[in-house]
Order: sequence, then structure tokens, then C-alpha cells
Amino acid sequence: MIFIFLRGVFSSSLLTGTSLLYATLGEIIVERSGIVNLGLEGILLIGASTGFAITAATGSASLGLLVAALAGGVFNLLFGYLVVTRRANQLASGLTMMFLAFGVSALIGRPYVGAMIKGLQKIPVPVLTELPWVAGSTLFNYDILVYMVIPVAFFVWFLLFYTRWGLSLRAVGENPTAAFAAGRNPSFIQYQALFVGGLLGGIGGAHLSIALTLTWSELMTAGRGFIAIALVIFSKWHPLRAIVGALLFGAAEALQLQLQARGSGISPFILEMFPYVFTLLVLLIWGGARRMAAPASLGRVFHGTE
Amino acid sequence: MDNKIGSLLKGPIIKKSMSETLLRYLVIILFTFTIFGLVLFIAGKNPIRAYADTFNSIFGSFYGFSELWVQMIPIMLTAVAVALPSKMNLINVGGEGQLFMGGWLATWAALTFQGLPKIIFIPVLMLFGFLGGALWAAIPGLLKAKKLVNETISTLLLNFIAPLIISLSVFGPWRSAESAAYPQTPAFVDAARLPVIPGTRIHLGFIFAVVALILFWFFMKYTKWGLEIRAIGGNPEAAERMGIRLQWYILIVLCIGGGIAGLAGMAEVTAIHGRLRIGLSQGYGYKGFLLSWITGGSPIGILLMAFVFAVITSVGDTLQITQGVPYAVINILFSLILFVVLAKPVLKGKKK
Repeated sequence: MIFIFLRGVFSSSLLTGTSLLYATLGEIIVERSGIVNLGLEGILLIGASTGFAITAATGSASLGLLVAALAGGVFNLLFGYLVVTRRANQLASGLTMMFLAFGVSALIGRPYVGAMIKGLQKIPVPVLTELPWVAGSTLFNYDILVYMVIPVAFFVWFLLFYTRWGLSLRAVGENPTAAFAAGRNPSFIQYQALFVGGLLGGIGGAHLSIALTLTWSELMTAGRGFIAIALVIFSKWHPLRAIVGALLFGAAEALQLQLQARGSGISPFILEMFPYVFTLLVLLIWGGARRMAAPASLGRVFHGTE
Repeated sequence: MDNKIGSLLKGPIIKKSMSETLLRYLVIILFTFTIFGLVLFIAGKNPIRAYADTFNSIFGSFYGFSELWVQMIPIMLTAVAVALPSKMNLINVGGEGQLFMGGWLATWAALTFQGLPKIIFIPVLMLFGFLGGALWAAIPGLLKAKKLVNETISTLLLNFIAPLIISLSVFGPWRSAESAAYPQTPAFVDAARLPVIPGTRIHLGFIFAVVALILFWFFMKYTKWGLEIRAIGGNPEAAERMGIRLQWYILIVLCIGGGIAGLAGMAEVTAIHGRLRIGLSQGYGYKGFLLSWITGGSPIGILLMAFVFAVITSVGDTLQITQGVPYAVINILFSLILFVVLAKPVLKGKKK
């Protein structure tokens, strides 16, 4: 009994944690370049709606995934136009983009509400799924995005800390003026960061609609974008710590669903509060140390190149 | 776009003559309504029909027109809740949660103190509504004052906890017995309902909002505290060295902001619904944030733009009914206006 329970929690925490982790990784790249994107929730919705619409229209989930990623990237470039080119306030611009995504995703998804799709194909791990306690459960039988998410986290880590591109990107996030003086183009780098971040956000959103739930409904991301933003802080802007954070959050959500399904006495609403309270407590405990971890120019408008 | 319109779209918003500012906003609004019409057209709808229907529903009847003012009330209050802390560079994204908690505590008072006469009951409810929002904002206030957690992220996180507290209450102890199918509290007694203008839903909350705007303006301009808040906003370290107690200001200003948002929640609960329900807010907190932001926190700007936001909301209602467009689509129109406003150059007078 307890084993089945734990198996369920573990398996679904991987599943729900996946989209969170993609979104978080995207936001880490963006924030490392000095930009806060509060509109991440919107990127997820754009990814979820375009991914679902394309999958339903063409029958190909891979094509849906590809278009969702590109749509997320392009949507973030639009955000970039506001905050990089027009140098508008990042928080207000982020919320504006979020509202824009509310509307656009509703329009895109509308014709496909209730459509049946096949979704991303499940790939069972050859030997593991035949183990006695695993067989017949969802464990080790996931779509490609679940298997890829941790390698992607390592790749983002490598990209940020061991490539020239990552070095320039972080330099822009810490001190755009110095990066400019060193011959980098801060605006161009920020656009690149936004595009890559948008790709990952779009994938995260698509995972929700074409792998996890196989449906589209308006505002289906239900605040996951904001959790991912909190996770960025939780992980101190580090891709590898984000893995731990996303799994923890996935587990919290999975635990809640499992407890609910088993009719435990605890109110589901209290369980739903857990991730937010938990994040707040973590931020509280880290307190001042957080300041050292954040990119120094995060959220500031850079005026210096002209 | 010809050059005249182009330049009108670009110039800095604040520090221009009133008529010029108004003209600029008018151009922005016309421009975005045109773009949104195009979006509707591409989606296979008839934009002219849609706008004509909206015009009819707003100006065709007294009730339709009055609904605009009803829509303005919560967003004006949440805008002040953001604008006041923003004067000392505090970013309160938590209007949504503060509104919920104001409504929640006011509901508690409305269910607890039944039997009070209306003349006392309403002020009591106002007090509790204010308190609910203020206490909710005290959490980020304390965390910020002690330099532990940045207020942007803490107010944001609390936005997600507040509606869960509402759900917990209306699904649990406060659930009305007579409407078992629908999670909500019992209806409030008549004495706990805010007065409305007969034949409309315009309620006393409108006065709260206007008074809040006037007080905010007066407070910032003519009081010592307003001066000190502006001093902190200009240079917090210098202000602290001058003997201004920064920590207290952070806490109190955030609490007052939260309290004002709480009043919005109290007004929604006691005037519009007459009971506590889950769908208390239609993103009023976030709309208030944007309202405050694009008007630069100017009271008169908040009043005028709140009217525009209300018109947009009613466009959404009409589209949903007559054209079968999902209500969320209205967010496109809403965000287009914000987009154009935000896309203005920030470098005032420095370089083109």
C-alpha cells in the first residue's frame, strides 16, 4: 500500500516537475542576462495552446512541440522589444505580455477545445519497466521530454558556465556597461537569451498540454509560470539546483493529488498552499545570502550603448 | 502611420500639458482598437459589428453605462494600493491577494456581527476589510523591512495563497447550508450590504475609490509623510541618514496599500456578491498594478485610465455574448494598449 503510494508520488512528481523545470531553466537563462520575465506564465500558455492546436490539426505531436517551442521563443522576442529595445519597465512589461498571452492562447486554443490527440509517444525503458514492482505502473514509461529534462539542465549549466556565449551572457547580467566595453553587444545577447528562454518555456507549456493532460483549456497553466519564477530564486539562478527544486515542487503537487485521491482528511487547499509557503520560507531562510547570488544588474534598464 | 501620429505615440507621457497627454492617450486608444479590430477580422469575426454592439450596450442604456463605473471601483482601489508604495520604490504586485484577504476578513465580520445597525455595521466592515488587506501586506512589509525577502516576489507568492484561504473557508466552515451545490457563504444580512444607487450596481465603493485617490494626492503633496516618502523614493540611504525611519515606512506604507486593496475586496463582497464566493476577483489586482504603472501613479491618470479599462472589459462581455469569442480574448485589446504605452522611449530628453 505505502509502496504503491510512494511509487505514485515519485512517478507523478517527475511528470509534473518536468514542465516546471523546462520553464525554470528558460527563466534562469533570461535572468542571468539581467532580465526578469514575469510573463513566464504567458509563455507557458502560448506553448501549451500552440502545441495542442498543431498536434490536433496535424496529428503530429513532434511538430506540435517544435511549433510550441518556436512560438515561445518568438513571444519572448516581442517582450524583448519592450524591455531591451524600448527599455520599458520589466515587471510591467512582463505582466502585459502575460495578459497578451491569456488572450492569444484562448484564441489559438478555442477551435480545439475538447479535441482528442494522441500526444507525445511514451517510451518505456527496456529493462526497468519489467522489474517486479514497476511493471504495470507509469514508472519508467515516459515521453521523450521527461527523459531529456535533466540532460537539458546539465546542458544549460554547461552553456552558461563553460562557453564563451554563457560568459558574455552572464557578464551582461552582472554589468552590461563592462560587457559593452569588452566588445559585447548587450542588447543582442539579451535577445538571444530571451529567445532560448522562450524556447524552453514553450516546451514546458507544450509538455502540459500534449504529454501530461492531453487537453487544452484556458489558463490551464494555473500559476505554474509564477512557481517557476520562484524556483529560479530558490535555485539561486543555478540550473543544477533547479533540478532539485523542480522535483521537490513536482513531489509536493503529486503528494497533494495522491492524498486527495485517497481521501485523506487534509483539505486539498492546504496542500495546494504548500509550494508557495515553502518557497517563501526558503527565501526567508536564505535572506541576505540571496543578494549575492542574483545577477547584479537584474531588472535594471541598460542605457549605455548609444 | 504618418509622422504626426508617430510622434504622438512616442513622446514621454508625463510632464506634458494636460490636453496633449489626453490627445496622446486618445491616439493610443484609437490605434489599439484598430489593431484589435484586425485581430478579430483575422479570427473570422466582424469587428465593426462587435464595436457597434459594444457601443450600444454601453451607451444604449443607463444600466449599461452604469456598469462601467462598477467595473472601475476595484481597479482604482488596487491601483492606489500599488501607486502609494511605488512612490518609495516598493513594488507591490500583491493587490490581488490583498483584495482577497480584505474580502475574507470583511466576510468574517459580516457573518459574526449580524444584528448591528447598518450605520455602524458598514464602518466595521470597512475596518475589517482594510485590516485584512493590511495584515496580508504586513508579511511582505516585515520581510522587506528586515531585508530578508524582496517584496516583489513575496507579494506575488502571497497572491496564490490568499484565494486558497477563501476556498478553504467557503468549502469548509463558512459554507452555506441552503446552497449546497454551490460553494459560497450564506447571504449577508441587509445591514451588511453597501448602499447602491437604485437601478444600478454602482455602490459606495466608488466613493471609497475617489476618496482614496484624493487622499493619496493630498498626502503625497501636502504632508510631511508624503515628503518623506518621496525622499525615500529618491535616495533611501540619504533619507535614513536624515533620520527617517526607513523600516517603519516600508512596513506602514505597504500595509496602507494592502489595506486599500482590502477595501476593494470588502466592497466587492458586500456590494456586488452579498456573500463570499471563489470568483471574487477578475484579476483586479494585476489590472490595478498595470493601471498604476502606465499612469505613473498619477491620481487623475488612474481615474481616466480606469474608465478606459472598464470600457475594454465591457467590449469583452459583448464579444463573448454576440460573437462567441472567449472572454479571455479581451486581454489582447487590454495588453495592446499597455504595449503601446510601454513601448515609449524611457530616455526622457536624453537621446532619441
